[in-house]
Amino acid sequence: MIRNPKDLTRYDAQERANHWLVGICFILLALSGLAFFHPAFYPLTQLFGGGVWARILHPFLGVLMALAFLVMFFRFKSLNVMTPADKEWLSRAGEMVSGNDHNMPEQGKYNGGQKAMFWAMALCMLLLFVSGVFLWRAYFNLPVDVVRLGAVVHSAVAAIMIAMIFVHVYAALWVRGTVRAMVYGTVTRAWAKQHHRAWYRQVTGKS
Amino acid sequence: MALQSLDIARRSATTTPAPGVRQTTEVAKLIDVSTCIGCKACQAACMEWNDIRDEVGVNHGVYDNPIDLTAKSWTVMRFAEVEEKGKLEWLIRKDGCMHCADPGCLKACPAPGAIIQYANGIVDFHQENCIGCGYCITGCPFNIPRISQEDNKAYKCSLCSDRVAVGQAPACAKVCPTGAIQFGSKEQMKDYAAKRVVDLKMRGYDKAGLYDPAGVGGTHVMYVLHHADRPELYKGLPNNPSISPLVSLWKGIAKPVATVAMAAVALGSLFHYVMKGPNEVSKELEDELEKEEK
Repeated sequence: MIRNPKDLTRYDAQERANHWLVGICFILLALSGLAFFHPAFYPLTQLFGGGVWARILHPFLGVLMALAFLVMFFRFKSLNVMTPADKEWLSRAGEMVSGNDHNMPEQGKYNGGQKAMFWAMALCMLLLFVSGVFLWRAYFNLPVDVVRLGAVVHSAVAAIMIAMIFVHVYAALWVRGTVRAMVYGTVTRAWAKQHHRAWYRQVTGKS
Repeated sequence: MALQSLDIARRSATTTPAPGVRQTTEVAKLIDVSTCIGCKACQAACMEWNDIRDEVGVNHGVYDNPIDLTAKSWTVMRFAEVEEKGKLEWLIRKDGCMHCADPGCLKACPAPGAIIQYANGIVDFHQENCIGCGYCITGCPFNIPRISQEDNKAYKCSLCSDRVAVGQAPACAKVCPTGAIQFGSKEQMKDYAAKRVVDLKMRGYDKAGLYDPAGVGGTHVMYVLHHADRPELYKGLPNNPSISPLVSLWKGIAKPVATVAMAAVALGSLFHYVMKGPNEVSKELEDELEKEEK
């Protein structure tokens, strides 16, 4: 990756820091949460100093992630409004996945898949936060049926969220030249023109 | 925690068999509510044998004292005043862990070895493995375990597993002055209960019966009730308790399904890369823009 003054800025420093704060929290939460979910993952508690520390830290990390995500949500919300072109993109996502992206409709800063992911993650975050509070026995003592419902919702949504993050990370790795946008902020013009042509035209003024 | 270790029937958050070569007789404690006088000797004996003293609380205007189970009070007498056929009945139930054959606490517990079920039926908490999450409370159909505010470990009645391991009856059974608390093999206790039920029926309690709820696979603490058709009269003893379907879902099918789904997405991504290759910016576009930039 050669850095070129002509490269386009996709994320500024604050946006990147915000994203990685959420990302680090998520990784730690997934590792500690999985440990409580299935015995096969229990050894992951060792990463946190044992089961008791994992139990203590998990909810505080959750609150931090929820706050950081809330800021990120308002940062990127207006960029993620679905348009007819996005729906068209989504209806043809199969072509994209099969490696043939030549006929995909022109996309702005985010494509339909990214936008769908954004809203799905926002919903998951909300559900995880609320159900997580139900389970936080150190500070909340809710009726047992509420806690039971919270446990089911929390683990089901967490599993969905982990799967979505796999897709999120994989998509960034699969589409070459993407990770750098979230690491030092820029992408090449060719990358922008190929994957987000409307955004490319908007920021460069070229056709 | 007891010294037994070769007679473990089930161990929390453990997917392989626990040491279980030693088979022991299934035991049970039988609490005959109809002969209990509410003296609380069982509560005192429990404190004494386990050597735990709860804080002295306040009187809530009722006989229940302490008012609820705590991490330091593993059994409490619950006093209910009900009117039956125009007569006042004082129903006194010794509350505490029921030692379910299918324990919801053990099913819910995420910490390996924090909850043990012995072959004799006793469900015991091993606090040194407890992480203090409270999932046992979420799993319990009887609302028994309590988390200590001091050490954040869960506590409950151990059925004096240490005494039982050396052939002694639990402290509460040993001390009960009216014989309302009996202890022995589960079969013996059922036989004893049957006799008590016959006696109660002769004395006009048509619905007298044994409380050994099948929904949790039976329990190793059983009650003889004068009104076995309405256990809820006894300060909310659940009628037909079972592990909540939500807990069964959470700690049952959800575990393999979610694990396989997550693994499938991760592996699917890897194989997608291997089979389809990376999505690179096309060479033509790169050349075109390079030309433009010059």
